[in-house]
Amino acid sequence: MSDDMSDDIPGTTLFDGEQAQKGLALNRMCFSFNSAANRAAFLKDEDAYCQKYGLTDAQRAAVKSRQVLQMIKAGGNVYYLAKLAGIFGLNVQDIGAQQTGMTVEAFKRKLVEAGR
Amino acid sequence: MARIIGGIGTTHVPSIGKAIAEKKHADPYWKPFFSGFGYVHGWLARERPDTMVIFYNDHGLNFFLDKLPTFAVGAAPEYRNEDEGWGIPVSRAVAGDPDFSWHLINGLVADEFDVTMCQEMLVDHAVTIPMALMWPDESWPVKVVPIEINTVQHPLPSLNRCLALGRSVGRAIESYQRDLKVLVVGTGGLSHQLDGERAGFINREFDELCMDRLIDQPEALTRYAIPEFVELAGAQGVEFLNWMAMRGALTGSVRQLHRNYHIPISNTAAATVVMENGPGAGLRAA
Repeated sequence: MSDDMSDDIPGTTLFDGEQAQKGLALNRMCFSFNSAANRAAFLKDEDAYCQKYGLTDAQRAAVKSRQVLQMIKAGGNVYYLAKLAGIFGLNVQDIGAQQTGMTVEAFKRKLVEAGR
Repeated sequence: MARIIGGIGTTHVPSIGKAIAEKKHADPYWKPFFSGFGYVHGWLARERPDTMVIFYNDHGLNFFLDKLPTFAVGAAPEYRNEDEGWGIPVSRAVAGDPDFSWHLINGLVADEFDVTMCQEMLVDHAVTIPMALMWPDESWPVKVVPIEINTVQHPLPSLNRCLALGRSVGRAIESYQRDLKVLVVGTGGLSHQLDGERAGFINREFDELCMDRLIDQPEALTRYAIPEFVELAGAQGVEFLNWMAMRGALTGSVRQLHRNYHIPISNTAAATVVMENGPGAGLRAA
């Protein structure tokens, strides 16, 4: 049996031990965004801030791209990534739309329709 | 002796905190959700619990992924909330009851639930938003024992394990000498997924099945392995583990008093359920 738990669910990456190991530096940086001073420091000098947290090249590129799917590929956990997204004023509908390739309006409509 | 009056399950979506701060209760988007709490307020005013045990999951405020307990029990005189980085208002602090916490910890570990013990602990929106929903006047007339369950980093505890954790808590509550009326709360869910190409996934049919079985036959839900539960309820729908633990703590005969279910709040199927813990033969401990 493989230790990889996330083979089977389409469009879903279970945040398991493999992801946790891969993503530690990125998630640690995002954890630091609980502090307003750290959010400001990131905005002031993004490169220096990412370097301080020792992001891998893939993580740095993913953050630079602002693409959540890339950040997940680099080991990001969505609860932590949401703190980063918040710095750019993005909420979970915005990042939902981005990940599904929809407009925010279409994504919100899809959510409403799920209730019908 | 302490007595368990009942249980409440409620969604804890962060944007609710913002909606409360901005007084959006009557806004057409929010009204179907907030109006579900009228019953809750009346019931709490009648029952007047002294103490609340709340099962919830931390989202990266108190715990980081460097040291992540599966089950953690608060034993602090006070639990503060802090900036969570998402632009939701910081909540007032929640009062603790360390003596009761240690009684529950002693019971859990005697039952072989080897929990992490926290004499200092921040609580995030998964505790403070349910408090604000239950007591909107901010009176918060209860002392709280927060019990944190890992729903973030797999492997997660199984539904069966969380049900058993709740049952152990229920037994410990009922063996406590002080004459307390205890409310048990489970927060989070129901179906939702924030991450991946499947973001926005919601499953009304499965949520309704979970809410039904939770009342009359919670054991039936233990057949779902966690990956299967993720597939059916969404990646963050696993917060239902908190509801399983809450249900486990209801030791008597359980009856649903109230249910409100509304899609969507943010990316989530929002649910509020009130259960009475009546006298009489309930589910026996495993």
